[in-house]
Amino acid sequence: MPFKRVVITGLGALTPIGNTVQEFWNGLSAGVSGAGPITKFNAEKFRTKFACEVKGLDINQFIPRQEARKMDPFAQYALIVADEAVADAGLNPEQINLDKAGVIWGSGIGGLKTFEDEVKNYATGDGSPRYNPFFIPKMIADSASGLLSIRYGFRGVNYVTVSACASATNAMIDAFNFIRLGRLDIAISGGSEAAVTEAGVGGFNALRALSERNDSPETASRPFDKDRDGFVLGEGAGAIILEEYEHAKARGAKIYAELIGGGMSSDAYHITAPHPEGLGALNVMKDALNDAGIGPEDIDYINVHGTSTPLGDVSEATAIEKVFGEHAYRLNISSTKSMTGHLLGAAGAIESIACLMAMQHNLVPPTINHFTDDEQFNPKLNFTFNKAQERAVNVALSNTFGFGGHNFSVVFRKL
Amino acid sequence: MSEIADKVKAIIVEKLGVEESEVTPEASFTNDLGADSLDTVELIMEFEKEFNISIPDDQAENIGTVGQAISYLEENVK
Repeated sequence: MPFKRVVITGLGALTPIGNTVQEFWNGLSAGVSGAGPITKFNAEKFRTKFACEVKGLDINQFIPRQEARKMDPFAQYALIVADEAVADAGLNPEQINLDKAGVIWGSGIGGLKTFEDEVKNYATGDGSPRYNPFFIPKMIADSASGLLSIRYGFRGVNYVTVSACASATNAMIDAFNFIRLGRLDIAISGGSEAAVTEAGVGGFNALRALSERNDSPETASRPFDKDRDGFVLGEGAGAIILEEYEHAKARGAKIYAELIGGGMSSDAYHITAPHPEGLGALNVMKDALNDAGIGPEDIDYINVHGTSTPLGDVSEATAIEKVFGEHAYRLNISSTKSMTGHLLGAAGAIESIACLMAMQHNLVPPTINHFTDDEQFNPKLNFTFNKAQERAVNVALSNTFGFGGHNFSVVFRKL
Repeated sequence: MSEIADKVKAIIVEKLGVEESEVTPEASFTNDLGADSLDTVELIMEFEKEFNISIPDDQAENIGTVGQAISYLEENVK
């Protein structure tokens, strides 16, 4: 049985540089930084005192207070972006087979704030175990997909993928596979994360993973720059509606692009450090191209994982040169994390949206904050530094790599 | 109205997101005020915290309305 084709028919975004897909794209194309001092808690004693937070969001505009208080922020974010994506797709739940409508969501951490608050409450109490009955259902990472299925009545397969910073891409590839196998007609996929909390910042600080450029938060995320010193923690969510092509056509849906391939690999090397020669990154891009049935020369744009860490950026660039050969110098590369920070488990969702919007507008969003070249990167690589570049973007690839050595890449093509 | 009754009503308004006018003595948490079983557990815990007492499960089972909560607490809070 031949595989069915899978297309993208709806998008939703909530990011540090824009609270809708349109605002997000405006920020991306203009090269705006979403970083600023942390407002969610007093970060005075932390090594890093800034992050890329979501701004100006009134949760109760989207979710009644009574429902919202039973959800961790990462689940609230999921609902907000899924609402945007479902509306964008023009989906009417009454007109689809709900048994073949699924939700596969991604989150690297889940309800960290809820976990912190409840444990802190217990630890500072008199030892009586007064845990809130909503503690567990709020905290568990799969609460997001469960809530989404309840919200839209989707009764098909439903779960959350947990593969650190690759979670959302992992989720999209799973959804892609179910649809092309004919097991689902449609899926809400994507990911959400809300880890700008004391434990989130403190934990990543302890790993020495975060930038500590406290005197200049907005220039701290500088992927592929000589003076990069770690990633900037971000938060938010992205939702992507994946739909079987004939199903989308039959209901006259607007189609952004086709998802043509998903790559998967593991570093099998170290729990946090990337493979020094980028073996996992190399394998995942090759696997994605192979799955898509295209050659390296077909790719116009790579939205890289590019977190702005000293080691990660080098291993990814090395892998790109190995996979793409001479074509590596003709395609555009950019790290939109230079603007959004690193949304961890949601990164793959918003970065796929960045690819899809780049294809719509034939404009490659930049890698901002480039000040000093690093001799570790071949100057022939075009990282789209500092300013968006116009070019025909027909096929785009998005990389995501997670702690644990999880690597996932997706390839989108214009119809 | 007693101070206990005021506090009980305030907790119910806060946790269940209902209007104060709905919180009548006869109002049932589940049938009238939209609570599910977890909301009810949370209410009992909030009463315990607010009034610094422990409500045994077999007693908690008998607290299903606003009035029952107020009477129980008025009898048992020192």
